[in-house]
Amino acid sequence: MAFQILLNIVLAFLWMFIKVGFDPISFIKGYLFGLLVIFVFRRFFNSRFYLYRVWAFFKLTFIFLRELVMSNIAIVKIVLKPKLDMSPGIFALQTDLTKDWQITLLSSLITLTPGTLVIDVSEDNRTLFVHAMDIREVEDEISSIKQTFERAILEVSR
Amino acid sequence: MTVIVNFLIGFFILAGAILCLIATFGVIRLPDVYTRNHAASKAATLGVMSILLGTFLYFYSFEGHFNSRLILGIVFLFMTSPISGHLINRAAYNSGVKLWDRSVRDDLKEYQKKLHEE
Repeated sequence: MAFQILLNIVLAFLWMFIKVGFDPISFIKGYLFGLLVIFVFRRFFNSRFYLYRVWAFFKLTFIFLRELVMSNIAIVKIVLKPKLDMSPGIFALQTDLTKDWQITLLSSLITLTPGTLVIDVSEDNRTLFVHAMDIREVEDEISSIKQTFERAILEVSR
Repeated sequence: MTVIVNFLIGFFILAGAILCLIATFGVIRLPDVYTRNHAASKAATLGVMSILLGTFLYFYSFEGHFNSRLILGIVFLFMTSPISGHLINRAAYNSGVKLWDRSVRDDLKEYQKKLHEE
């Protein structure tokens, strides 16, 4: 992916040198034409066309913000309820992610999810231990949310 | 246009202040370290983030001053606060702080016991 971006910048500079115009506008024009060229020649690269990954990254950022707002609504509901009737607990969550940065990202996403907080990661990086605010109903729902998070993170790294 | 911007500024700053207040209530009211950490690490994050966003909008629309440091502050807070919540929780668990008596499950205890036996 980094190679494709570098190639795109080189193509933009090539465009500037051909046009003899050294201003930001011609850089942007050259960048867009270079994007077109890279898209046409996408099957010669090892990884995917890089705009897909940029798009996946924006989707992940959006998911982060949405989960932050949702978890705050959940916290406000629990704190302002007259009776404390939740049942907290720690459950283990298996993960398929392997790289360190993916696991870090997943655990900060889980921490920002409504009612969950990561406590520990096992030695072999395969299990996350998550403290849940209300373990009764949430567990199935949360594991389904996690499937979407894991998919979104894999989408960025593919 | 200014009416909308005014409304947004007021909304962000007020919502942030209320969220911080609720986070404080949560820290006082909730029973143990872990549940308190839920309130502190989530509600305070969004509260401070929206106060910063409101401040940014105010200076941008009334003074015409684009303060990029406030944006950087929002991004840094967003990246670091879940991790600090995790670290506090982990330190508490490893130094043996008990869960609330009405807690239901503890998978981590079994895992650590297994790790000790090996």
